[in-house]
Amino acid sequence: MNTAQQSNQTYSENGIVYPSNIMLDLSNLKKVYPTPKGDYVVLEDLNLQILKEEFVTIIGHSGCGKTTMLSMIAGLNEISGGNISVLGNPVKGPGPDRGVIFQSPSLMPWMSALDNVLLGVNQVFPDATKAQRQDVAKYYLHKVGLEDAFHKKASELSQGMQQRVGIARAFAIKPKVLLLDEPFGMLDSLTRGELQDILIEIWNKEKITAVMITHDVDEAIFLADRVIMMTSGPKAKIGDILNIDFERPRTRKSVLENDDYYTYRKHLIDFLEH
Amino acid sequence: MEQEMVLKKESNMVSNFKQTILKLTPSMKKDGVFKSLKNTGITLLSILLFLGLWQMGSKALYNKEANYRVEKALQERGEEAAAAERACIESGDSSCQPNTLPSPSQVWASLQSLIADHQVISADKAAFAEKMAVTNEKMISQGKDTIVYTGRASFVDIVLTSIKTVFAGFLLAMFIAVPIGIIIGLSPSLRSAFNWFIQIFKPVSPVVWYLLVFMIVKTLYIGDSSDNAFVISFISVGLCAMWATLVNTAMGVASVDKDYINVAKVLKLGTFQKVFKVILPSSLPLIFTGLRITLSVAWMVLIAIELLAQSQGLGLFVWEEFQNGANDSNSKIIVAMFVIGIIGFLLDRLMLAVQNMVSFNKNEMA
Repeated sequence: MNTAQQSNQTYSENGIVYPSNIMLDLSNLKKVYPTPKGDYVVLEDLNLQILKEEFVTIIGHSGCGKTTMLSMIAGLNEISGGNISVLGNPVKGPGPDRGVIFQSPSLMPWMSALDNVLLGVNQVFPDATKAQRQDVAKYYLHKVGLEDAFHKKASELSQGMQQRVGIARAFAIKPKVLLLDEPFGMLDSLTRGELQDILIEIWNKEKITAVMITHDVDEAIFLADRVIMMTSGPKAKIGDILNIDFERPRTRKSVLENDDYYTYRKHLIDFLEH
Repeated sequence: MEQEMVLKKESNMVSNFKQTILKLTPSMKKDGVFKSLKNTGITLLSILLFLGLWQMGSKALYNKEANYRVEKALQERGEEAAAAERACIESGDSSCQPNTLPSPSQVWASLQSLIADHQVISADKAAFAEKMAVTNEKMISQGKDTIVYTGRASFVDIVLTSIKTVFAGFLLAMFIAVPIGIIIGLSPSLRSAFNWFIQIFKPVSPVVWYLLVFMIVKTLYIGDSSDNAFVISFISVGLCAMWATLVNTAMGVASVDKDYINVAKVLKLGTFQKVFKVILPSSLPLIFTGLRITLSVAWMVLIAIELLAQSQGLGLFVWEEFQNGANDSNSKIIVAMFVIGIIGFLLDRLMLAVQNMVSFNKNEMA
């Protein structure tokens, strides 16, 4: 049994969290946007602790502040109140310890797939030799199934392939936390399934703490150890948390065949339709 | 026998190959050929129509002026003089030809005479160079200036001077506008600091730029007898034309896709890397759009500026022909007009090709 499951059980069974197990800690988080009509409070009193090697998905209605929360964790959006800390260190701005996979692939279209990944790798491993850095980038591109497209320009790749590069780029910088903002939202369902498989396969190896926003209930269950349900804004907070107790590594088939799957699914849909 | 077999096999293969090709390109190729034929046809037709209208127009103007002259002779000097005037006009004598819009054939003849003139002058130049070769070698060995050909410039020389001026001006505009554009694009406060400057100087006319440059360069060249017309004209051209590049560069740099900036932030790229790996490549298409506008503006203002600066280019050529008032002056002006138009068009195509080369998203460009 791996540590992720141990800690997960610790969390779910006794309700006790050991501080050393916490990767990401959001406490009393608040986000306010000033508008001409007065302040608009997007998030308020949001508390969430995410454990090491945990995969968390966040689900909620559009505009409830999921993306705001994620970009605050990434350091791309100012915190209006409360705290975010990674391994006890408060977040002060963006940094490569928190890799982000954006909704649009956000590759530099004038660079090759390899150069896009290297852009991050060069930054994070400045002391490695050129060959070593190339190896790291190529390894992850290989992992996402792009071993034949190293030197293709990003603008020549399909949307799905571009997002594969996005995944490779995020994993290649070896972040402590991986933040995914609806990464497969723009893809057709077939490509989405493929990319979910690729993501979970790499994640099973690397066990990087992951926080992923999604609109897709099935995706949320298939990938996550916990599904966080957010209430609708303004003043959005965490409405409910659902533990997903499927064994890892999971396959789509084993998940679909598990009876609990439908209970989980009903729980989430009930919350969203509520 | 064997050879025959081989030949047969070969011809079989060729015909198979042909069939495959035909299969691969069924109606598409035919349509494409038809379409391009149609387009060429339409273009040719419109050129013919244009020439026809031009011919008719020039004929009408010619008749109007001829009739006026005959009428005038009749009123002032009587019937005999009028008949003589008409006979003179009809004989094609250059002394009494109406001086109006030339016909296409006259323009064509002028073009040929300009080319012939160029050949005469270049032959002259070659002969001069040969004659002076020995003397010039001596002059060089003695450290003196060589003797250069100072005869009349041919039409081709004039065109080349214009192209040289426009490129010098374009390069000047580029070296001023691109770096400044990048800097003010990067900083919103510098952008607002520079804004009034750009807004005020952008609409200033080429003539005024010329006068400004003239004031400055004249003083800088004081006591120097060398010809500064070229310097004045290319600097004026550059200053007139640089604004499009400046504005476009600043806009391109300021409006880099927010996603790219976020990626740069997450990866914590340094300023240098951020500028050279993210911001500049992503604003290149807009920068080149600006440069393309700059080149076409440069070519447009060039004519006016050469005229004022007395630089031996097309602008001065047009003006001198107009002042000259010789019989073929008007048709030479029209020749210059076409040459100006065609070179302008070619320069624009050149820039478009470069622009397409640097743009990373081919779909966005039309």
